[in-house]
Amino acid sequence: MVISSSRSRATETASTEAQSPAIGLLGWARWIWRQLTSMRTALILLLMLAAAAVPGSIYPQRSADPNGVTTFFDNNPDFAKILDSIQMFDVYTSAWFSAIYILLFISLIGCVIPRTFVHARNLREEPVETPTNLRRMPAFLASNASPETVRDSKQLITSAAELLRKQRYRVAVREGSNGETTVSAERGYLRETGNLVFHIALLGVLFAVGIGGGYSYNGQRVVVEGETFVNNLAGYDSFSPGAFFKPEMLTPFSMTLDKFEVQFDLQNRTNIGTPLDFRAYVTSRIQNGDGTTTDKKSVIRVNEPLELPGSHVYLTGNGYAPVITIRDKNGDIAFSGPTEYLPQDKNYTSLGVIKVPDGAGPQFGILSFFYPTQDKLTTGARTSIYPDPLDPLLSMNVYIGDLGLDSGQPKNVFELDISKMKQVAGGKSGVKGLEMVPGQTVKLPKDLGTVTFEGIKRFASLDVSYNPGGIWVLFFALLALAGVTLSLTVPRRRVWVAVRDSELQVAALARGDDPALEKIVAEISAELTGDKSKSSKESDD
Amino acid sequence: MTNMQLNEGLSQISLLVVYGAMAIYTFSFLAFATNLSRLASNKDETRATASGAEKFGTVMLILAGILHGVAVALRGISANRVPWANMYEFTLTGSFIVVAIYLIAMRLKDVRLIATFISGVTLLALGLATSIWYVQVKTLMPALQSYWLVIHVLVAVLATAFFNIAAAFSVVYLLRSANWLTKAKASIFGFARRVIDLFPTSDKLEKLAYRFNIIGFILWSFTLIAGAIWAERAWHRYWGWDTKEVWTFIIWTIYAGYLHANATRGWTGKRSAWLSLVGFVAILFNFTIVNLFFKGLHVYSGLK
Repeated sequence: MVISSSRSRATETASTEAQSPAIGLLGWARWIWRQLTSMRTALILLLMLAAAAVPGSIYPQRSADPNGVTTFFDNNPDFAKILDSIQMFDVYTSAWFSAIYILLFISLIGCVIPRTFVHARNLREEPVETPTNLRRMPAFLASNASPETVRDSKQLITSAAELLRKQRYRVAVREGSNGETTVSAERGYLRETGNLVFHIALLGVLFAVGIGGGYSYNGQRVVVEGETFVNNLAGYDSFSPGAFFKPEMLTPFSMTLDKFEVQFDLQNRTNIGTPLDFRAYVTSRIQNGDGTTTDKKSVIRVNEPLELPGSHVYLTGNGYAPVITIRDKNGDIAFSGPTEYLPQDKNYTSLGVIKVPDGAGPQFGILSFFYPTQDKLTTGARTSIYPDPLDPLLSMNVYIGDLGLDSGQPKNVFELDISKMKQVAGGKSGVKGLEMVPGQTVKLPKDLGTVTFEGIKRFASLDVSYNPGGIWVLFFALLALAGVTLSLTVPRRRVWVAVRDSELQVAALARGDDPALEKIVAEISAELTGDKSKSSKESDD
Repeated sequence: MTNMQLNEGLSQISLLVVYGAMAIYTFSFLAFATNLSRLASNKDETRATASGAEKFGTVMLILAGILHGVAVALRGISANRVPWANMYEFTLTGSFIVVAIYLIAMRLKDVRLIATFISGVTLLALGLATSIWYVQVKTLMPALQSYWLVIHVLVAVLATAFFNIAAAFSVVYLLRSANWLTKAKASIFGFARRVIDLFPTSDKLEKLAYRFNIIGFILWSFTLIAGAIWAERAWHRYWGWDTKEVWTFIIWTIYAGYLHANATRGWTGKRSAWLSLVGFVAILFNFTIVNLFFKGLHVYSGLK
């Protein structure tokens, strides 16, 4: 499937038309192999690969957007089942997508190997002999040579060889059977070298992606200001390892989020509230080889991950974590601490869930909104109009009943299942929802106790990633880029010079598109005749 | 800490300059169209007046291009950063680069005949940009605050510009080699045929498209790699099949197919010209539909 870049040489696919009455098993195998490694097959596989990639951008993918897949299943349960049965939510790991690219790469290997041998041989060989009729070449120029020149044609041929050598051609001066001496020259071997390097580098990319992916991992963790995260499996909220991952591959380190800083624009009229910068100030503690530890202070920003030994730590999100204390009717603490609220809009109206299973009274849960800069819509609903806490307010709706925590099934901490619960504050319960500003304590309904809004902290969503293949993918990708650039831009051409029919004949043939071919011939001719102005042009192009 | 001062007034001036450039592009487009129709005329005396229209069109195109460049620069200065961070700015800068490449390539005589197409497409792009994609000047969201914005997006714009010009040649090539057009009898087709006959031979058109496409392909490959490096910094993975990544891959694969087609017997000529067009349609799709309607991480249109 390597581009031969030769429009005139029609050898590529000729073999596909081969037919034979009885070819046997080996013959069939050979025929299939030839089909597979033909240029036309490679081309069709390429186009199929492009088409096969399309559905992955239309339907949500489990790898990139798992929530989107869940939503899709909720909205179209039947259609989703059909799509799922043909792996439409896992397009890029699906059997059909894999089949196409594996066939494509087999076709590539089958083409690259023989061409590498051919090219290696070409690199050692002398340029091909001068054709008997140079007029047939795509670029041809004949200049009238003076009788002396014709007589002394050897001299002219020698200087032609010298000139071409200077222009970095590989040159052969040959004496034909008829006694005439001609020059054949060839240059641009880098074109094919680049072509082969490009295709082999693509194989490198494929292997680096596959193997690197196997040893990679990435985990997510939400850390509130003041909290410390320890790099082990228990330290993550979610974790996705590659196929060859082992837990001992996690480098031991811990990291404390000292402070999280956000800067929003208050200055430019068109830009109010736009985030300008997010900065996580962290202290990381790295274990040294001799058992000691080193503390390091650093700042993580969106495009500036922290590079620790064995992993990179990225800042992927942030939000508010109001500090809330709930006391039961006896005054004992039933819930306390910063609680992560998920931002719902760009002004950080945030939604949080609090579950209180073990108070003095019945189990209850709270659905709560946090408004950093509160305002009331005309409908009476609250909203936030600026993302920084200029005028913060916390609102709560309270539900009594079974929290569903005793079933043993893992529950999403950001969701409250109210199917077995009764609303006792807010909404249509008849009791106003609770509202409080920082420092304020309010009573819970039904004698459940009190809630105190102690203060506001911020949290950072961190992503810890490790992919040893990444650097190799980059290496091979850049190699491929260099290869393809050479193979598309270096002209590969053959030039012949002969003195025939009392003429100085210069001809050239290019592999692929070569805009300069005729100019080259004219220049060489002019150089040899010492005449830069006139030359009788004769070309059949 | 980041202090980003926007100059709203200057961005308004930039927009006015864009409108000015659009007016002049209109003159240029009309002049080139007149030139073509006169060249295609049956009458000798009409044909003789064609070069005047071409000269006028070229002068207008250069003038509009200069204004266009000024508008790009003013937009950048007003935002205090590179002027390609949302769809409006990408279109503004991208169409300017198409014009700039065309003006540079104009030394080649064969290129000149697509002037009507260049001025027309630029006018259309600017019309869309100013009417439906316009956003006021804004600061960069933190994910875009990276020098990769300069490299990755600039090279993507350049690649798009080269693919665009190649697509123009492929369109003409396909018209040139369209049998139905050669056989059609209605007089309007006769005129169309005469216009198309003004263009370089099929062979030359094919070669021109190929040359612009290979530059586009190399630049696009670089865009893809630079995007992966940036994604590794900003999104903790170099490749994640985000919708925009998917389409970058699809486009790359289509043009890889185009290059193979150019070296496969039975696939040169019309089929490869179609692939060149399909590739460019995929680019347009990636820039418009994917930007505006597909869910993904590249949500930078700035539109709500």
